[in-house]
Amino acid sequence: MNQIQNFTKGFFKESPTFVLLLGMCPTLATTTSAINGMGMGLATAFVLTMSNLAVSLVKDLIPDKIRIPAFVVIIATFVTIVELVMQAFVPGLYEALGIFIPLIVVNCIVLGRAEAYASSHGPWSSTVDGLGMGLGFTMALTILGAVRELLGSGAIFGIHFIKGNFMLIFILAPGAFIALGYLIALINRIRKTS
Amino acid sequence: MKNMLTVSGSPHIHGDESTRKIMFGVVYAMIPAMLVSIYFFGLNAVRVLLLSAVACIFFEWVIQKFVLKGPLTINDGSALVTGVLLAFNVPSNLPSWMVIIGALVAIGIAKMSFGGLGKNVFNPALVARVFLLISFPVQMTTWPVPKILPGNLSDVITGATPLGMVKEGLRAGQTLPQIMPHLPSYMQELMGQMGGSMGEVSALAIILGGAYLLYKKIITWEIPVSILVTVFLFSGGLWLVNPLRYADPFFQLLTGGLMLGAFFMATDMVTSPMTRNGKLIFGVGIGFLTILIRVWGAYPEGVSFAILLMNAVVPLINRGFKPRRFGEKPGVVPAVK
Amino acid sequence: MASKKESSFVNMVLTLLSITAFAALALGVVYVVTKNPIEIAQKQKQEAAIRQVLPAFDSLKVVMLPDAEGNDSLQFNIATKDGKLIGVAIKTYTNKGFGGRFDVMVGLLPDGTINNTAVLDMKETPGLGTNIMHKNSDFPDQFEGKNPASFELKVTKDGGDVDAITAATISSRAFCDALQRAYKSFEKNKSKF
Repeated sequence: MNQIQNFTKGFFKESPTFVLLLGMCPTLATTTSAINGMGMGLATAFVLTMSNLAVSLVKDLIPDKIRIPAFVVIIATFVTIVELVMQAFVPGLYEALGIFIPLIVVNCIVLGRAEAYASSHGPWSSTVDGLGMGLGFTMALTILGAVRELLGSGAIFGIHFIKGNFMLIFILAPGAFIALGYLIALINRIRKTS
Repeated sequence: MKNMLTVSGSPHIHGDESTRKIMFGVVYAMIPAMLVSIYFFGLNAVRVLLLSAVACIFFEWVIQKFVLKGPLTINDGSALVTGVLLAFNVPSNLPSWMVIIGALVAIGIAKMSFGGLGKNVFNPALVARVFLLISFPVQMTTWPVPKILPGNLSDVITGATPLGMVKEGLRAGQTLPQIMPHLPSYMQELMGQMGGSMGEVSALAIILGGAYLLYKKIITWEIPVSILVTVFLFSGGLWLVNPLRYADPFFQLLTGGLMLGAFFMATDMVTSPMTRNGKLIFGVGIGFLTILIRVWGAYPEGVSFAILLMNAVVPLINRGFKPRRFGEKPGVVPAVK
Repeated sequence: MASKKESSFVNMVLTLLSITAFAALALGVVYVVTKNPIEIAQKQKQEAAIRQVLPAFDSLKVVMLPDAEGNDSLQFNIATKDGKLIGVAIKTYTNKGFGGRFDVMVGLLPDGTINNTAVLDMKETPGLGTNIMHKNSDFPDQFEGKNPASFELKVTKDGGDVDAITAATISSRAFCDALQRAYKSFEKNKSKF
């Protein structure tokens, strides 16, 4: 697999959200608008890329038995960095995403890529893998956020077409499940025909 | 493969019931409630009824023909039943486009996404009602003034359902004896002179329809009776404990969507258990949850949520209460492993 | 692949120790760098709400003063321009919301007239109770320029002058309750500004 394929697999073929169904908790909880979905996705993408790089650099120095705790410490460090930086420079987004920023630590995608990919590949491929997966996650969350924002608030990226709300259910929890379910169905249909 | 014979297990005797016959039986049973809604809410009720029924049938046809590309079953009448039930569950002044969205949700999300009639887990009309209630809370809880009013109906109750008024009054710190004078009398509640969704206002009309369904053996007695008895006993118990805080059981029986839910929604063949014991448990669960939500929940009315929640456990109930095999003696564990 | 380190006790302890040490160092650096911006951001958030509810001012004094009943104290942001009092932003609250407590910043002019309101924190039902916020409906507009001395802060159903939000009387009542608390406390502490 060349690096371009390695990078693009996260967008469609192995999309963490629509195909692997990983990281569902932040996916469902934070995508109330396109901006929130994108912010969550980018924060995760940063953590994913950096932790993949760090894990691939130190993988040979870590004894097998404490592999997972070591990875978790690395990931948690980057998550805390993201949290502090967001709090300082994008406080609005930080407040909107709330508890889900610290919860990136337990996002299955991050530990999953560290364990399944970065711990057995070189720094360069691991970085590309993390970046691709992270941006694929970002894309999925932005799409889901845009769909929910459009149907729920009648807006896209904060630009309102109507005052107030549209179909409120879509910015609440049940709407997240409905929108995600139909998006996955759509992706499966496209994958089957192509 | 075309000329394959159908081989099925015995018995080979076939009843003359068909989906079509059952569904139209349900439609006939809904006529009294339909007439009451038109009587109280006028042309608006006709608009919502027609629109909802036509939209449901239309979406069923479109999805079967263009999305699922399967056989067309719009003639079986099930979409018509869903359409009328959906109309029964919304206020008569609901904007037309919201009715159409409701129909799309009922048929598209609740029915066709699961594979069509017989495969849906949840009652389609109720899914649509809850979807609309959460999406458009203002329009779904602003009840119109009944137009034709024989007898006097005080101005106070227009704009809210009796259940809504009780909930709001209690939250404002009033006691029930203070709230009660503003509520309609039992007789008014029985006839339907109160705020509410189109088809749920008149308990009498629904009981008439329910009696027809029972007479025609389209539904059996277990589900409605167990729901109503549970509601009566549970709310009656609460009322005896503290009549200042909890409404009396007759009020609970006659208001909101309880009658409509008990006779027309919970009894839906697809989404209710198969055996007698299963049905009894199903009904008790609905009655219990209904009062739980009405008394302690955020919403004043809980019938639709209760039925949907119990719909979700129907597969589990069916697993626990399997129909007895032919020739099997009750209480004897079958030897077949 | 290069040979992995053996999972001996010493190896494990040393590895974890060095990883956590590195992590601690990195976090320390980031913490120091972001400490100031975080404080500024939090202060700005509060100030933005105050600026929204008061006319332009140049200096702000924050004091905690007791409410009318004297059981609790509210945060008063006393705003002056060129040494002259131009308004007080009171951070008030109510416990009567549909979703429990919510906080409102109320801007009062020196004579007690409501200048503007800003809802800070709330858990009201989306689409219903959330209409107490400016971005969602016109409901809060009706309070602007009204003096609670003559404008009864109660919904019309309870005999007041406030038009309640459709289907959200409870939230409307709670909002009035919060404003009433601020106004009473303002009247009580008038002499202290």
